[in-house]
Amino acid sequence: MNYKRLTILCGHYGSGKTNIAVNMAYDLKNQRDNIAVADLDIVNPYFRSKDSQKDFEQRGIRLICSDFASSNVDLPSMPADLYSITDDRSLSVILDIGGDDRGAYALGRLRDAILAENDYDMYMVVNKYRPLTPDAQSTLEVMGEIEGACGIPFTGIINNSNIARETTAADVLETVGYAEEVGRLSGLPVVCTTVEDRLFDELKDKISPLFSLTLQAKLI
Amino acid sequence: MSDKILMKGNEAIAEAAIIAGCRHYFGYPITPQTEIAAYMAKKMPKIGGTFLQAESEIAAINMVYGVASAGKRVMTSSSSPGVSLKGEGLSYLAGSDLPSLIVNVQRGGPGLGGIQPSQSDYFQSTRGGGHGDYHMIVLAPASVQEMAELTVKGFELADTYRMTAMILADGTMGQMMEPVSLDLDVKPAPEKPWATTGTGMAREHNIVNSLSLVPEELEELNFKRYDRYKVIEENETMYEEYKVEDADIVLAAFGIAARVSKNAVDEARKMGIKAGLIRPITLWPFPKAPFKAAAEHAKAFISVELNMGQMIEDVILATESKRPVTLCNRAGGMIPDPKQVLNSIIEVNGGIQ
Repeated sequence: MNYKRLTILCGHYGSGKTNIAVNMAYDLKNQRDNIAVADLDIVNPYFRSKDSQKDFEQRGIRLICSDFASSNVDLPSMPADLYSITDDRSLSVILDIGGDDRGAYALGRLRDAILAENDYDMYMVVNKYRPLTPDAQSTLEVMGEIEGACGIPFTGIINNSNIARETTAADVLETVGYAEEVGRLSGLPVVCTTVEDRLFDELKDKISPLFSLTLQAKLI
Repeated sequence: MSDKILMKGNEAIAEAAIIAGCRHYFGYPITPQTEIAAYMAKKMPKIGGTFLQAESEIAAINMVYGVASAGKRVMTSSSSPGVSLKGEGLSYLAGSDLPSLIVNVQRGGPGLGGIQPSQSDYFQSTRGGGHGDYHMIVLAPASVQEMAELTVKGFELADTYRMTAMILADGTMGQMMEPVSLDLDVKPAPEKPWATTGTGMAREHNIVNSLSLVPEELEELNFKRYDRYKVIEENETMYEEYKVEDADIVLAAFGIAARVSKNAVDEARKMGIKAGLIRPITLWPFPKAPFKAAAEHAKAFISVELNMGQMIEDVILATESKRPVTLCNRAGGMIPDPKQVLNSIIEVNGGIQ
């Protein structure tokens, strides 16, 4: 992938933003040295980028995250070093934003600085298999709500359509048209389709560009 | 294209409730079940239903009482501390013989506790939760698919027996995402001639009430209610057995603990230990029969729980103390891992032969 200084991941609740954020961070680390993941999720106290903290430390990736994340302190709070995302322009950052418009409000605080610098991509992560975004129209509604909440326009779509471990290559292929329609109606490019690594070989000649994800969630 | 979609356990409960014909939801947000309310807030206005965020859990359960009196399918959801607040309402629902669905996505306690998963409301759910002689039907899902299926089942049982059905899940079940088929089997709701829907000047008015002025009549009501509970115990007990047939060591576990236990059973079998699992799906009525039968051949039982040992008392009762029952547990929001359960199996077995 090609990265601007800031890569912002927004989308419907449970669309897969965090898995993509973690995997993009690993990809970006191969290209640049000074990088960070900003976990700005104020909606969900579970399954967040902070869960990969140890991995980040080993790989030399900085984590910008509230001290209270993943603890019993169930508070929507922002990291103390929030403004280093916009103030430190030597840093490349993947921003993992909370779901829906409620999550995107947290991003609004950085809007002026992000728009002034204008070195960002903001991707709408979509999953056709989520119950409230089964078609292009409902997905566009969520997109509009997110843009309204954070005041930052999207620059692209990431198709992350999946049904977790039962996803087949055919299930992903079926959603290409959906993602393209979201792109067409919003006037934005589909920058990539993301698939679990086990499906990558099967799909690499059929979907382009394709981005491989190593899932971080545990299976019980 | 797959006929399945990807859902959180909490979302599956909400969507299944709508599919089951529930058009009235009252609640108050609390982690880890807030997605149920959030989903209802988005969906109910679009389908002509009512989503109402009440001023408290107590208000919400009393709104449930109101809609249930009018004979409509209704639900509320909360997590442990919030369910304690609903305790009074649960007793009034039972005393008025009203059908409703209550969801408890448990978190660690007691008190405010924490937001991580727990099963420490087993006593509260199976022994009542409110005051007085009563039971609720308690359903314990162990997958997102079951979150959906048991929600539908819960509404049906509640209507059939005029009582509260509770989905007793935990934070993991509420938060985990799995593929779900929403092709659910929904039977039409039964007639409710007792409901307060207006007489139309054509019949005597119905009264929904939990107050009895004559003690003899109140006793009779209690007797009748317990006759009905007996029928439920005979007809509605649900459980899953996994490799129990020839098992020496039988695990008892529900919900997330059952998933962990299943892995441990497989690992133990690889080592040559005959382990098995009984997973109660109804916690009340408790599936006594499979435990009693297993006690004929098993050497010992292990109750695997996310609490300090609550269901273990039902396992001891069901096995009539014929075999030793030990506890394998974590508490306070922690989940036992398969290795801990496996070690417990090895220990009870007296090592690996």
